[in-house]
Amino acid sequence: MLQIKNLTKIYDGGVKALDNVSFEVPDGQFLAVIGLSGSGKSTLLRCINRLIEPTAGQILWNGEDITAASQEEMRRIRRKIGMVFQHFNLVHRSKVITNVLAGRLGYVNPAWSLLNRFPKEDVEKAIKQLQRVGIAEKAYQRADELSGGQQQRVGIARALMQDPKMVLADEPVASLDPVLAHSIMSHLEDINKNDGVSVLCSLHFLDLVHRYADRVVALNEGRLVFEGLPKDIDDNKFKEIYGRDAERVG
Amino acid sequence: MKNNKKTSPWKSIKVGLLSLLAMIIFAYGFQITKVDLEELRSENRQQSLVRVTRALAQPEIFEYEQVEEIVNYPIYVPCLSDGSQASASERSASEPYIVITPACANPGEIIQVEGFNFAPLTVGPIRFIPGNDPSNVVSLGRVNAETDSDGHFIVDMEIPDRTSDDAQFIRATLRRNIGAPRFSKTAYDTWNKIVETVFLALLATVFGTFLAIPLSFIAARNLMKTVKSPLTSISLSVLGWPLGILLGFVAVRGVGNFSAAIGSNVLVNLAGIIVSPALAWVGLRWALPQEEITRPSQNMRFARLGVILLVVLVSFYGLFQLANLAMSIGQTLEAVLGSFSFLGYFLFQVGDIVAIITPALGGLAAGGALSSILGRLGQIGSEKLPGSTIKTLNLILTTMAGVTVMGLLGRLVEWLYEIGEPMYTLWGPVAVGAIAGLLLATLTKPKESLPIGMVIYSITRTFLNALRSVEALVMAIVFVIAVGIGPFAGVMALGLHTIVSLAKLYSEQVESILSGPLEAIEATGANRLQTIIYAVIPQIVPPYISYTMYRWDINVRMSTIIGFVGGGGIGFLLQQNINLLNYRAASAQMLAIAIVVASMDYISSVLREKAI
Repeated sequence: MLQIKNLTKIYDGGVKALDNVSFEVPDGQFLAVIGLSGSGKSTLLRCINRLIEPTAGQILWNGEDITAASQEEMRRIRRKIGMVFQHFNLVHRSKVITNVLAGRLGYVNPAWSLLNRFPKEDVEKAIKQLQRVGIAEKAYQRADELSGGQQQRVGIARALMQDPKMVLADEPVASLDPVLAHSIMSHLEDINKNDGVSVLCSLHFLDLVHRYADRVVALNEGRLVFEGLPKDIDDNKFKEIYGRDAERVG
Repeated sequence: MKNNKKTSPWKSIKVGLLSLLAMIIFAYGFQITKVDLEELRSENRQQSLVRVTRALAQPEIFEYEQVEEIVNYPIYVPCLSDGSQASASERSASEPYIVITPACANPGEIIQVEGFNFAPLTVGPIRFIPGNDPSNVVSLGRVNAETDSDGHFIVDMEIPDRTSDDAQFIRATLRRNIGAPRFSKTAYDTWNKIVETVFLALLATVFGTFLAIPLSFIAARNLMKTVKSPLTSISLSVLGWPLGILLGFVAVRGVGNFSAAIGSNVLVNLAGIIVSPALAWVGLRWALPQEEITRPSQNMRFARLGVILLVVLVSFYGLFQLANLAMSIGQTLEAVLGSFSFLGYFLFQVGDIVAIITPALGGLAAGGALSSILGRLGQIGSEKLPGSTIKTLNLILTTMAGVTVMGLLGRLVEWLYEIGEPMYTLWGPVAVGAIAGLLLATLTKPKESLPIGMVIYSITRTFLNALRSVEALVMAIVFVIAVGIGPFAGVMALGLHTIVSLAKLYSEQVESILSGPLEAIEATGANRLQTIIYAVIPQIVPPYISYTMYRWDINVRMSTIIGFVGGGGIGFLLQQNINLLNYRAASAQMLAIAIVVASMDYISSVLREKAI
C-alpha cells in the first residue's frame, strides 16, 4: 500500500507543482494519473522515488516513510521501484544488455561496478527479461540503433531487472504511435496482472486509461481534482480536469 | 516593415563621434606598435631579408662530398716601378689556371680574373690573399665565380687597400659536389630532436588526460549541484583528509620498509607479486559480495572493513615488490639488450616511480577513504541523533575542522614566505578558523544539508582558471628550475597545462550531457559512483576522445617551442641556430616542425573520425 499524504512541491522559482495531494494506492493496482501537461504528473511520480525532493507532506510505502529515508535507505527503497520514462532515458552509446543490467545497480556492490562487472545470474536474468519483452536478439546492439518502441521495451526490461514491487511510468507511450502504445501498455499490464506489481502510470489518452487502468487520479495545476474509476469520467468531470475549453478527442 | 522612427540628428552625431573615437584608438595603436613601413624600404634590411629568405629556402638537409680546385696567381699591388710582373709557376695546359688583366693594379682598381680548364659547372669564391704566402688563410674581398660547361669563368674584382712590395695573390677556390647526397649532421640532429618533441607531447598528453578526467567531474556543475551534506558530515570529512593522509603515508611507508627488509631478491619479489594479488583478490571477494539482498549485521560490516584494510596493505606490499622487481629486471635488461636497452631503462624508471609515489598514493587513498567513512558516519549521525546533540557535535567538529584547515594554510604561508612569526602564521589563522567554524556551526540548522558540492565546484573552477591562464611556456621556466633543463621539464609543464585545460573542456562536456539517462540510473538505486560510471561516462567518451586528440595536436605544437626556455624538444636546436645566424639549419628544423604538425593534424583527424 502506497499512501501519499498532503504532498506539496514548490520549486525554487516559486512554482507550486503539487498542492496538498493525498491519495492511496493498494498493492497490485494499475493507477492512471491524468492531467494537462504541466499539471504536476511528472513531479508527483518523481517525488515518490525522491528523484525530486518534496517540500512538504509524507509518502508511506508499506508503512515505511519514504520522505524521511536516509541516503542508504533510499537506495534500498529505490531498487524496489522501477521507473519507465517518456523519452526512454536509455544510455544511447551502451549496449542494450548493459542498459538492462543497469537495473541491478541498486543491488550490486558499487566497488564491482567500478570494474563494470555484474554477477553471472544477473546477465542471464537480463536476457530473460529481454525475451519477455520480445527483443532478446537485440541484446548486443547499441541502444540508439533501436526504434522508439524497442527502446521503450528495453526501458521496461530495465525496470523489471529491479524485481520491482511498484513501477512508476511517466507518460510511457507519449512518444510512440498508437499501435506501439498498445504494445507497451500491454507489457505494463502483464507486469501488473501477472507479477502483482503496482503500476502508477501517467497518460494522456483517455481510451488508454479506459482500457488499462483500474483507477484514475487527475491533477490540475498541482491539485487533485478527481479520484475514481475510469468509467466515472463523464463530460463534466472531463471539463473539470482539462479545463472548460477542452474537447474530447479520444 | 514600416520604419516610423525618424533619423535623429543625435544619432548621426553619435555615430560620427564613435567613428572618430575608433580612429583615434587605432591611430594610438599604430604608435604603440611602432608601425613603420620606412623600415621595409631600408636597403640594409632588404639585403638581410633576401639573404635570410634564401637561406631559409635551402634547408640544410643533404650534403655532398666536395672536391676543391684551388689556384693562386701572383699580383703586385701597387704595380712595381720597374714594370716587372709577377710570374706564376709553369703549368701544363690541361691543368686549371687563372689569368689576371691587368697583371698589376692599384688599390680600388678593378681587375678581370679569367679562369680556364676548371671542372665544368662548379662554383666558388675568388679572393685576394694579402702577404707573400700563397697558403695564407686570411683573405680580403670576395667575388663568386661560376664556371660554364667548358670550365671557363670570367669575373671582375676590386683590389682591396692592402699594398706590399712583394707579390700578393689572387686565389680561385672552385668546389664541386661528388657522389650521392647524404643526410647532413643537421638533419640527424633535427631527426633526434623531432622524435624527442613528439614523445614529449605524447607523454604530456597521456599524463594530463589521466589526471584531468577525475578533475573534470568535480568541476562539472550538474554533477556537483546535487552533492549536499549536513555540517557534521562535512566537518568530519575535512578532518578525515589530513588525518587519513598522515596515517596512510606512515602505514604505507611501514609496508615499504618491511618490503625492503625482506630483501630485493628477484625470487622473493616474484613470490610477493604473485601471492599478494591473490590474497587481495580472495579478501575482496569475501569482503565485497557482488550483490546483497539483506542488510549485513554491524559486526559483519566491521569485519569487512578490517579485511579491506588488510587487502589494501597487502596490495601496497605487492606494489613495492613490483617496483623492486621492475627495477632489478630493468637494470639487467639495460645491460644485455644493446640497442633495445631503452626498454630496460623504461622498466627501471617505472619501478623507481612506483616506489617513490606509492607512499604518497597510500596517503591520498587513506585520506580519501577516511574522509568518506567519517563523512558517512556524520551523515548517519545527523539523521539518527537528536538535534541538540548534533548541534553540540557540530560546534566541536566544525571548530576543529576550521582550526585544521586554517592551521595548514598558515603552514603553507609560512613555508612560502618564511615570515617566522607564529602570531601571523599559526595562532592567528587558527583563531580565525576556530571562530569561522563556531560561527558556521551556530548559524546553520543542525540537520540542514549544505551545498558542499557547489563549494568544491567553485574552488576547483577558480583553481583551474587561475592555472590555465599561465602559459605552458611560463610553467616550463619553473619546471626547468625544478628538474633541470631537458625534455622532462617540458613534459611536466605541458602535462600540467594539459591537466588544467582539459579538465575545463571535459567538465563542459559533462555539463552538456543528457540528464534523462542520469535520472533513470539514479532511479534504479545506483549510488553516485555507479551513476557516473553507467550514465555519465558512456555519454562523454566521444567528446573526451576528440578533446584529447585536439590537445595532443596543441601539445605537439607547443613542444616545438617549449625548448626556447630549456624544456627540451626541437625548440632548443631551433633557437640555437637562429641565434648563431645559421638560417639554413634553422630552416631544416622549421621544415621538420611543419611536417610533424601537419601529419599530426591529419592523423588526429582520421583517428577522431574513427573513434566517434
